[in-house]
Amino acid sequence: MNPTQARYLYAYAVVRASDAVAGALETVTGVADGPVRAVRHGDLMVLAGPVPATDHGERQLAEHLEDLDWLERTARAHQRVIGAAAAVAPSVLPLRLATVFHDEEGARAMLGARHDTLLAALDRLDGRTEWGVKIYALGTARPAGTVAVPPPDAPRAAVSGRDYLRRRAAERHAAQEGVRREDEAARGIHTTLTALAQETRLHPPQNPRLSGQAGRNVLNAAYLVRREDGPRFTSAVAQLAERAPRDGMRVDLTGPWAPYSFAGTDASPESP
Amino acid sequence: MSETSGMSGTVGRRAPVPAEGPANLADILERVLDKGIVIAGDIRVDLLDIELLTIRLRLIVVSVDKAKEMGIDWWESDPSLSSRARREESVEGAGTDVGRLAARVAELEKRAGPEGRQEGSG
Repeated sequence: MNPTQARYLYAYAVVRASDAVAGALETVTGVADGPVRAVRHGDLMVLAGPVPATDHGERQLAEHLEDLDWLERTARAHQRVIGAAAAVAPSVLPLRLATVFHDEEGARAMLGARHDTLLAALDRLDGRTEWGVKIYALGTARPAGTVAVPPPDAPRAAVSGRDYLRRRAAERHAAQEGVRREDEAARGIHTTLTALAQETRLHPPQNPRLSGQAGRNVLNAAYLVRREDGPRFTSAVAQLAERAPRDGMRVDLTGPWAPYSFAGTDASPESP
Repeated sequence: MSETSGMSGTVGRRAPVPAEGPANLADILERVLDKGIVIAGDIRVDLLDIELLTIRLRLIVVSVDKAKEMGIDWWESDPSLSSRARREESVEGAGTDVGRLAARVAELEKRAGPEGRQEGSG
């Protein structure tokens, strides 16, 4: 970065004030290849780093966010910093992408104004991490033999309108039955994992064009799990993943993440 | 970006960072764009104003009607698992209408199916 350039301050996460956390983040590269530092205010600090003002004003950000390459670079850098913080801090509140202040004073003012809310959220998420589980139905669990498909060279006359309709109904029924079984299997997995988690969030299914995953994404969930329960949770997922192919499913595990899906202070728990 | 396209956290450039996390862009985007705490910085950028459909629907999430078409709606009937309802409300009207119609059809079909009503011409 050109040192004479005007800078803004890009904020990544809020954590409790800690020299150890601040020190650990010094080696991490943030957005726009910039460094990361801690801006303190009382018992809180925001992890933030300088970014070129020319690229991070309101208009420029709005433009950049439409550019997938920029978005990917920035999103990965944002997650890299937050992931690094979550590896060393007991509790991390990830901020939404593109939270930008003019300077440290702005960031400190924010910490002061929202102190109690932020601290309460940090307490709530203390010692907890997020795991992501996605289930894909591969469409291989359709009950075999229920659909009698006549060979393509079958004599035309043999298929009456009534047979045709009956066959169509049988096909539709078989397809519905397959989907029902897949959904049932997904629901069973979700129930098992929910019992091991403190909270659960369901996300919309992912676009296969972006995720590059085959199959129907029937579950895209996040689970908030105590750190010490992590091994139990991941081995449960591993077991389910091993059994899943029998039901025509694939189970993907991601994490541990900082508790992105649970950080929203307005969010009410969705699990009963 | 020349990141490896692997699915798991294998980006080893920065040794002191054990929790790089997964490299799936969809996983990252759905979190950094849609989750996490919203704090108004000095620079006001509302991500909801940024071509919501471009970023969120076209890229991250299968479109609402496509999701219905694929049958991804089982949790919506479950009141305790209804996070999608809120989201869909914030999405463009047309897509929501299509989605709502499709959901209604799916619901009716479901009701007709397992209730044991005999299908066929017999």
